[in-house]
Amino acid sequence: MEKMHVKMTVNGKNVDLLTEPRTLLIHALREELGITGPHVGCSSSHCGACTVDMNGMSVKSCTVFAAQAEGADITTIEGLGTPDALHVLQEMFKEHHGLQCGYCTPGMITRAYRLLQENPTPTEEEVRFGIAGNLCRCTGYQNIVKAILEAAAKMNDMKESA
Amino acid sequence: MVPGAFNYHRPDSVDGVVSLLGEWGDDARVIAGGHSLIPVMKQRLTDISHLIDLAGVDVLKGISIDGGTVTIGAMTTQHELITSDTLHGAAPIIREASLQIADPQVRYVGTIGGNVANGDPANDMPGLMQTLDATYHLAGPNGVRTVAAREFYEAAYFTAREDDEILTAVSFSATSGGYAYEKQKRKIGDYATAAAGVLLTMDGGVCSSASVALTNLSDTPVYCEAAVDVLVGSSVDDAAIAEAVKAAVDASDPVADTRGPVDFKKYVAGVIVKRAIHSARSRA
Repeated sequence: MEKMHVKMTVNGKNVDLLTEPRTLLIHALREELGITGPHVGCSSSHCGACTVDMNGMSVKSCTVFAAQAEGADITTIEGLGTPDALHVLQEMFKEHHGLQCGYCTPGMITRAYRLLQENPTPTEEEVRFGIAGNLCRCTGYQNIVKAILEAAAKMNDMKESA
Repeated sequence: MVPGAFNYHRPDSVDGVVSLLGEWGDDARVIAGGHSLIPVMKQRLTDISHLIDLAGVDVLKGISIDGGTVTIGAMTTQHELITSDTLHGAAPIIREASLQIADPQVRYVGTIGGNVANGDPANDMPGLMQTLDATYHLAGPNGVRTVAAREFYEAAYFTAREDDEILTAVSFSATSGGYAYEKQKRKIGDYATAAAGVLLTMDGGVCSSASVALTNLSDTPVYCEAAVDVLVGSSVDDAAIAEAVKAAVDASDPVADTRGPVDFKKYVAGVIVKRAIHSARSRA
């Protein structure tokens, strides 16, 4: 099949991909753009390791064609923080040991980012419901939830003092 | 997992979609949120040469309420259904049901049109639309037509929609009284082992109108007329509820699968219908 141009913004940068219509967004990000934060876990829309933020929505990029992302604004874990300037969520995951093997972490944090944008003061139950599309096979959910709740509190403190 | 190759189309009008469907026939499929279609494409269980993305057709999006009639465009996502306060005011059962579909990521992209048009008996919206006695709006080469949701489903994945038609919207009357959508599932993201939608209106201690429908308990969604007949005119007391539950379970026809054998599913159906009637009664 003929390749097609797909223009999108990824982590603030404009990109113009020449790719096949059947290319999945996760493969476009990882293999064509070298953005390897989002992981391939189950590749069947269950685990959420491939979660990216697309036009203000958390989506499983293994179940979106790159072509569907034409014109989209995409943020991956790479766009949230850097090793020198971690995002508050990354800080809190580190502080509260919200990761064990780390495989689910980029998806977890990217999902948690959107959750807190929509609901800056979630209850523990709302956090658990909000990250229900992300699986941690180390089953370290307690500390993930703790990290997200602490991040919410810190982000609200920062807002108040700003 | 990577799907087989296909051509991608992104028309910007319903006519454009219908014309592409006319041109490519069986080789074409429309895609909305894609969370039913893309997984089967990745497993190569379907052979599609032309994928028609509905994302560019703006008229398929949005919720409108006009004179007591609610109309929801096919491309409206479950997330939008959940977050719409006006829709919640007009038909609160929609939010209750939508929150039980899949997981947050899927609800951001999963659409009401895809959910009802796919014909998958495991989807929740078809059962919900039976409960609401909704009308489906279809557009094809000969113009537009409507089909009652209760007449739409013929068998699993077989519906009254012709291959060259698309479902553009669903509409139904705003609800009053009590409501409930109850769903038993093995885990978040799973389809229902059994689910039921119930609407109840009480007038002076007597049920003046009711609706009961089932999800994933037959090869189509099931509207339970016999259960409704039991409830209407009753005080919805324990005896009436028990009789309505029995009528609903009798109307189900589940098959054994990984969610359990037939007897188990019928048992769960009874529990779920009972819960849904109790919940709707408490809100009526």
